[in-house]
Amino acid sequence: MNDKKVNAIEINNVTKIYATGSSSVKALNNVNLTIYDNEFFTLLGPSGCGKTTLLRLIAGFEDITQGNIKLFSEEIISLPPNKRPVNTVFQHYALFPHLNVYENVAFGLKRLNKDNTEIEKRTNEVLELVQMKDLSNRKPNQLSGGQQQRVALARALAPEPKVLLLDEPLSSLDLKLRQAMRVELKTLQRETGITFVFVTHDQEEALTMSDRIAVISNGEIQQIGRPEDIYENPSNQFVANFIGEVNLLSGVCLMEGENGSCKLDAGYEISLSIPRNVKKGDAVTVFIRPERIRINKSSSAKSLTSISGFTYLGNAAHIQLISNKQIINVTLPIDKVKNFKKGDLIEIEFPKDNAQVINK
Amino acid sequence: MNIQGENKTQNRVRGLLPLWTVIGIFMIGPLLVMAAVSLMESNVYGGVHFKFSLNGYRQILFDTNLFGEIEFNPAYIIIIGRSFILAISATILSLIIGFPAAYFISRQSNKVKNILIFLVTIPFWTNLLIRTFAWIIILGKGGVIESSFNFLGLLGDEDSLNLMYTNSAILIGLVYSYLPLMVLPIYASMEKMDMRLLEAAADLYSSRIGLIRKVILPLSMPGIIGGSILVFVPCLGAFVAPDLLGGGKKLLLGSLIQFQFSYARNWSFGAAVAMFLLSLVILVLFFNAHINKRHREYETHG
Repeated sequence: MNDKKVNAIEINNVTKIYATGSSSVKALNNVNLTIYDNEFFTLLGPSGCGKTTLLRLIAGFEDITQGNIKLFSEEIISLPPNKRPVNTVFQHYALFPHLNVYENVAFGLKRLNKDNTEIEKRTNEVLELVQMKDLSNRKPNQLSGGQQQRVALARALAPEPKVLLLDEPLSSLDLKLRQAMRVELKTLQRETGITFVFVTHDQEEALTMSDRIAVISNGEIQQIGRPEDIYENPSNQFVANFIGEVNLLSGVCLMEGENGSCKLDAGYEISLSIPRNVKKGDAVTVFIRPERIRINKSSSAKSLTSISGFTYLGNAAHIQLISNKQIINVTLPIDKVKNFKKGDLIEIEFPKDNAQVINK
Repeated sequence: MNIQGENKTQNRVRGLLPLWTVIGIFMIGPLLVMAAVSLMESNVYGGVHFKFSLNGYRQILFDTNLFGEIEFNPAYIIIIGRSFILAISATILSLIIGFPAAYFISRQSNKVKNILIFLVTIPFWTNLLIRTFAWIIILGKGGVIESSFNFLGLLGDEDSLNLMYTNSAILIGLVYSYLPLMVLPIYASMEKMDMRLLEAAADLYSSRIGLIRKVILPLSMPGIIGGSILVFVPCLGAFVAPDLLGGGKKLLLGSLIQFQFSYARNWSFGAAVAMFLLSLVILVLFFNAHINKRHREYETHG
């Protein structure tokens, strides 16, 4: 991983303001980002956070308000979309309805004035890659959603772009197909070696496919990192909340430093590493994933904590605990759930190193 | 089930009865009358004798000379040809002006779009005759164009551009009258075009011209064909612009038909030419339906 990385895309101080009449909306605010070559990079965020705007700026569909974007060290913001060596897979595919599958895929190659034998060879190659060769005479309206998705992918891959931009390409597929396409996309990316920039609001998609993720909110980047970094060490409460289930427990710092401790409002005292800027007596928010918490039946009747609810998930269950009027969520594998029932008194165990103090 | 189904069909037929009656009386009826007239003998004082005759149709191609011999007469074929050339030129010209106009309108914001479309339809609120007279003022001797040329010193006081009473004047009049009929259908098909397709094409290395040729043009083809027919058909039978702007010097189909019914009192010949024109129009419409079927295949789906 630590070989010399080539910068595929550098986004420097990019700001984008949409002005409509008198009102203006800041879609991106001073964004800095570097995407490496051969990387599956995901822009993750809720709808309206600016992730699609960023993608459209890279593709050239929007004018940049401030800052610059470099593609393999070349500045591209002055180039129109048709002069940028990137291709896009659109959210609703945007396949040309008047052209058949083959013509759709060959479209980019033809515009690049490749010679006919090369166009034919490359088009068939890509169609085979996405397993759509047999349907090359079909019109887009004769295809299912998943098939249209493959054609859109093939069309964008055919001209061998330096970077492939994907704008929520899986969002209009049903769950089963979506999961299958995740694996396929990831395989495709590895096989072709093309840099993928993938936009999604689905954290599961982001975690399963990405090499790195940038979490975006309100036009600003909240955190950039590998999926496990983002999941295990979210940089702030937004990231923690947005990715997966989470407990954000308020408390007070009891002891500073590496081996510090906190007293939670929920009544428990836990030991964890305290960041330097937090002093003894400061109010803190402690972050802990529900699956990291262990629970045992309490032997004493004085226990603070009781089970207030179950949510059945199939392979696991969410258990809601009430402790000193604070709600704590726990996720347990299904075989362990049957030991507990609603109203049981509980002792909570917070394994060390799984809780951390988190910024607002 | 069957009985219910039959009842349904019967109800549908009954429900549509008023519509069919209106269409029958006001549209199909007159056509049948004309078809009948075209197959009868003309009365020199107007009207027809109730006697079967193909003279009306024969007259399109043949004439009886002084000696009572039947000989080929190209005069009407020339009129038909001239009408066709003029109608085709008017259609092409309307397309050249209308296509970019429709594209421009479809690219505007909703508010501006509605205003522009309203402006396009405004001429329809004025009588065609009056609008055509306006062109006489514009094109005529000492008219708007000539006096501006005079003012700019491009034209001497005594000279004239001789714009009026030419084929060009007719063409201008026709294009002006029927341009909205070209703009509106093309606009309609561009309006529902998915903008992301244009982005996709640009993303796939299409230049501006490639974008128009490979995406916009094929996708607005139904509108282009519809508009062309809406312009071509009335241009073929037009008589207001040819009479007023062309001075009636060179007869066109529309004027020819009108002339047969009014002054020449040769109803059966007029009706025959009208039927001939109608059959040509139907031919064009069939051709259009054939092309449109291919387009509709992908248009109706999402």
